[in-house]
Amino acid sequence: MKKILDNLLHQKNRSRTISYAMIIGTYLIIEILMHSIRMSRLFTSMLVPCCCYIVLALSLNLVVGFSGELSLGHAGFMAVGAFTAIIVSGLCVQMIPDPIIRLFISIIAGSIVSGIAGLLVSVPVLKLSGDYLAIVTLAFGQIIKSLITNIYLGFDRNGMQFSFVNNELNLEQGRMLLSGPMGATDTAKISNFSSGVLLILATLFIIYSLIDSKYGRAIMAARDDRIAAESIGIDILRSKTLAFVTSAILAGAAGALYALNYSTLQPAKFDFNTSILALVYVVFGGLGNINGTIIAATALYVLPELLRSLQDYRMLIYAIVLIIVMQLGSSARLKRSLEQIRNRFARKGDVR
Amino acid sequence: MNAPVLQIRNLGIDFGGLTAVNNLNMEVHEHEIVGLIGPNGAGKTTVFNMLTKVYDPSRGTILLNGQDIARLDTVAVNKAGVARTFQNIRLFRNLSVLDNVKAGMNNQFVYSIADMLFHTRKRRSNEETIEEEALKLLRIFHLDELKDTEAGSLPYGAQRKLEIARALASEPKLLLLDEPAAGMNPQETEELMDMIRFVRDSFDICILLIEHDMNLVMNICERIYVLNYGMLLAKGSPEEIRSNDKVIKAYLGD
Repeated sequence: MKKILDNLLHQKNRSRTISYAMIIGTYLIIEILMHSIRMSRLFTSMLVPCCCYIVLALSLNLVVGFSGELSLGHAGFMAVGAFTAIIVSGLCVQMIPDPIIRLFISIIAGSIVSGIAGLLVSVPVLKLSGDYLAIVTLAFGQIIKSLITNIYLGFDRNGMQFSFVNNELNLEQGRMLLSGPMGATDTAKISNFSSGVLLILATLFIIYSLIDSKYGRAIMAARDDRIAAESIGIDILRSKTLAFVTSAILAGAAGALYALNYSTLQPAKFDFNTSILALVYVVFGGLGNINGTIIAATALYVLPELLRSLQDYRMLIYAIVLIIVMQLGSSARLKRSLEQIRNRFARKGDVR
Repeated sequence: MNAPVLQIRNLGIDFGGLTAVNNLNMEVHEHEIVGLIGPNGAGKTTVFNMLTKVYDPSRGTILLNGQDIARLDTVAVNKAGVARTFQNIRLFRNLSVLDNVKAGMNNQFVYSIADMLFHTRKRRSNEETIEEEALKLLRIFHLDELKDTEAGSLPYGAQRKLEIARALASEPKLLLLDEPAAGMNPQETEELMDMIRFVRDSFDICILLIEHDMNLVMNICERIYVLNYGMLLAKGSPEEIRSNDKVIKAYLGD
C-alpha cells in the first residue's frame, strides 16, 4: 500500500497523480452537490461542454505543446467527430435503444473518423512546418465547416439519402440528420456529466501513456531539435504524425460528446473562433503542461459563461490577454522571476 | 591494421559555385580513435554533416563496413551505425538528462503502439531495460546524479558529455565527436580524454573526432587527418603531423 502511494507521489508521476485526483475529486464534489442541493440550470448545463473543452484543449496541447506544431484548425476535427456521432447515433436509435451504449459507440465512431481525417491532413501538412503548417490547418478547419454546412443527409426505409444542393430530400417517413447550415436538429441528448468525466480520464490516460513512452520521447525530441533527433534515428515525420492523429482522435471524441449534449447543433459552432479558443486554453495553461491546460480550460470556459454580460467582448479580451501572455512569456526578466518562484515551490508542489 | 569501418572515397560537396570539400579520402579502422583537424573553415564539420547526411555530398562514396551510406537519409545512417555530437550543442533542452539518453535508444528497444497504450508486459520490461541502460551510460559520464535536471540548464561541459552519452545510446559502430572539449577547462578535458578512451574500449567502437585542443588530439588520437580549404593536407600519426611543415604553415601562416 505504502509502495503504491510512494510511486504515485514520486516526482515523475506527480503530475499524473494530480491530474487524476483533480478530475475525480471535482467530479465527486459536483455529484454530491447535485444530489444534495438544487443546482441552477446554468451551472448544470455547463458541465458537459466544459468536459468537452478540457478534452479539446488537452488534445491540442499534444500538438502545440508536446509536438511543437501550431494547429489552427482543431475545431475542424471536433466538427468531424461531432457530426459523425450525430449520424451514428441517429442511425442506431432503433438498433441500440440503450443511450449509454449508443453514446459510447457514437464517440468511438466520431473519434475514428476524426482520426482518419487527421491522418489524411497530416500527410501533406506535416511536411510543412511553422507558419505554413498553421495556415494549412486553418484552411482545413474552414473547409470542414463549409463542407458540413452544405451536406443534406436523411434516412428513411430505403436507406440513407444524401445531397449537396437539395434541401428537400424525398424521405418516406424518415427524418433529416443533417440539414445544411441548420446542422443537426432533433438529436437525442444522450451525453451526461459522468460520460464527460470518463472521457477526460480516458484522454489523460492516453496522453500520459504516450508521453511517458518511447513514442512520447521521440515526439518531444523532434520538437526540441529536429536535426539531433534524426541523428539518433528518430523518424520525425512518424513521430509528428502520431501526435497529430492522436490529437485528432481525442478532438473528435470531444466533438462527439459535445454534439450529443444538444438537440440542435449548427456547423457554424465549429468555426475559427473555436479553434482559437482551444489555443487560448493551451497557451494559458502552458505548453506541454497538462494540469495547467485543464485548469485554464475550465476557468476560461466557466468565467465567461458566468459573466454573460461581457459575452460580446470575450474574443476581444482573449486577444488582448493572449498578446500580454505571449509578450511577457518571452521576456527574459519575467522568465527569471517565474523560475525563482518555481524553484521555491518545486519541492512542495507540482512543476510540470 | 584492423579492418576499416569507415571508408571515404573522393568525397566532395559544392554549395552553389563554392567547393567546400573536395576529393577527400579517409579511413577509420576498428577500435581506432582518429582526429580530423584543420584551421577554422577548413570544412571539418561539413565532412561530419555529409557523413550523417545532414548535407548531400555532390560526389564520392561513403562506405560503412562495406555498405554505401551516401544515399541513405540521416535516420537510416544512424540505424546503419553512425552517431554524432554537434559543434553547437544540440540537446533536447526541455527534456530531462535521463530522457535525452532514453531518446537515443528509440530504435534499440521495440514495442508497438498497442503495447504502449495498454501498458503490456512488453512495454514495461522494455522501459525498465531502457532506464537501466540509460543510467549505466549516465554513470560513465558522471551525470547520473543530474538525471532529473532539464538538459538545457546543465553547465556547458556536462551538456557536451550528455551529447556523447545520447549518441552512444543509439549503439553506433562509429562515433563522430565534433569539438567534444570546446568550452571545457583543462581538468575537464583531462577527464574527457579518459572517458573517450573508456568508451572506445568498453563499447568496442571507433571514433572520429574534430578538435581544436591539440593537447587532446595529440594525446588520444592514433592517426590524424588535416584538412585545409576542403582538401586533405596531411595524414599520419601525431608525431608525423606535429613535425609536418605544411601543417605548421597552415596553422601559423607563412
